[in-house]
Amino acid sequence: MKMSDSVASVFKLPRLTRRLWQVWRRNFDAFMKTYKVNFFPPLFEPVFYLLALGFGLGSLVMPIQGVSYIQFIAPALISVSMMYGSFFECTYGSFVRMYYQKTFDAIIATPVSVEEVIAGELAWGATRSVINSTIVLAIVTIFGLVSSSLFILVPLFAFLVGLMFSALAMCFTAIAPNIDFFNYPGFLFITPMFLLSGTFFPLTILPQSVQTVALVFLPLTHVVNLTRGLILGNIEASLLLSFLWIIVVTPIFFVLSINLMKNRLIK
Amino acid sequence: MTEGKKVNPEVLIRARNLAKKYGDFLAVDSIDFDVFKGECFGFLGPNGAGKTTTVKMIYCFFPLTSGELIVAGMDVSEKPREIKSMIGVAPQEDNLDPDFTVEQNLLVYARYFDIPKAEAAKRADELLKFFRLEKNRKVIIDQLSTGMKRRLILARALINRPQILLLDEPTTGLDPQARHLVWDEILSLRKQGVTIILTTHYMEEAAALCDRLLIMDNGKIIEEGSPADLIEKHIGEEVLEVDYDVNIIKILQEKFPDTRIEMSSDKIHVFTKQPHGVFESFLKDFPAKGATIRRANLEDVFLKLTGRRLRE
Repeated sequence: MKMSDSVASVFKLPRLTRRLWQVWRRNFDAFMKTYKVNFFPPLFEPVFYLLALGFGLGSLVMPIQGVSYIQFIAPALISVSMMYGSFFECTYGSFVRMYYQKTFDAIIATPVSVEEVIAGELAWGATRSVINSTIVLAIVTIFGLVSSSLFILVPLFAFLVGLMFSALAMCFTAIAPNIDFFNYPGFLFITPMFLLSGTFFPLTILPQSVQTVALVFLPLTHVVNLTRGLILGNIEASLLLSFLWIIVVTPIFFVLSINLMKNRLIK
Repeated sequence: MTEGKKVNPEVLIRARNLAKKYGDFLAVDSIDFDVFKGECFGFLGPNGAGKTTTVKMIYCFFPLTSGELIVAGMDVSEKPREIKSMIGVAPQEDNLDPDFTVEQNLLVYARYFDIPKAEAAKRADELLKFFRLEKNRKVIIDQLSTGMKRRLILARALINRPQILLLDEPTTGLDPQARHLVWDEILSLRKQGVTIILTTHYMEEAAALCDRLLIMDNGKIIEEGSPADLIEKHIGEEVLEVDYDVNIIKILQEKFPDTRIEMSSDKIHVFTKQPHGVFESFLKDFPAKGATIRRANLEDVFLKLTGRRLRE
């Protein structure tokens, strides 16, 4: 196969039908079987962060961009929960289903196609983003940290963001030789994003070069910008760029991840 | 079954020059075969012969490298969804869903076939009964024995009421009791008119279940026919086994010049097409040590055709 052919093949548009929701439904049913365990981490983690960083560290920090420190980090915690929920679902979760449980093989023997299996996984990863971030949003609301009625759009936005991180995650899953491999994207991609995406301090404090890298390569930067806008209500023109970044990157990786997985599963 | 009335059997699966390559490795090498409606058709062969790859092409899992494969009048490359909806697959490996119970495994699987909920529940009930898994319906997969898992995989393969059932090594790893139970169930399905395709490397399994079979090695078909015909053609009626002894070999070679004599570590196997009773009269004259006369079986055919060399 020529180089140009193989590049074209990984960007080929998949043919999808509503059957992808049958795969989504399988994951939803499995999730609901153990929902108690599944709901606790996203419930407690942000509480600890709000207490430690918001109240603790926050009492030593001057207001940022006109809001208290705890108000500054609250939207970031919501954004991080979108990223974690979807990224880990479509790395560790999908890998276990693909590699150890052979769930994908079992489904591909039915009228559901391999493309729909992966698309269903991505849709489920996006749903995890919605579930986790909605829990965090509820806690942030209880703490009285929401100051705009635009917050109502957060779950919808979380689906889009979740789809993006799921697709990125699925690309790693497609090339992962074993489950330990996910440590690499974990500390080379997720951890830097967690810390350097304008989450716990404004991006503008950082050197210009790091700012540029964060804006070009770290999706969470744009997610944090937009979530902060929705929670605090300060809508600026720059948010449009962040939104454009996400809606351009998401479909590219959505298609890429499906084709990479197809190449891995079907020889 | 209406024995003896198969004048024009309907071809359900037709393969012509079917080939599959993984990189440079030719797993299936231009094979032709027909599977008739209502029969139990076996793929035999040592590990790596290409059996599973062939089966995976039939259920549209692997695309063909070249050739033609038609299932129920449909091309596998064109109508995978339609073909998959009429096939039931019981794979070699356990891919039951460990997140669910026995019953939920059937219900979740039914959803992939668009079977309505009430209908799926009805079928799941019937299948759990048929496969004697009713008592385990609420049990998580992890707690099932190997035999129960196998039966649940068979039950799952039947949830869409398939016309064709693909069984990839259905009894590997089972104890004799569980194996016979699975055989009974397979035979009973065949009686109900389900076309069954089976891969195995257990010869007694093939002999017990298959109407016709083909023997594959290195991606090629090396023989095909009914179990009885293949035994008749390649081995004959009887086999004589005696303990290894240099003198006996000489006598055997003199007495049976037209006969194949094969040696394994400590036994000599003598195959003949001469009529029934020749070995018995031979043993009267030369009472060899450890001698037994047994009926020829499919394993003799298999080892003759594929050799005794270990495959890994």
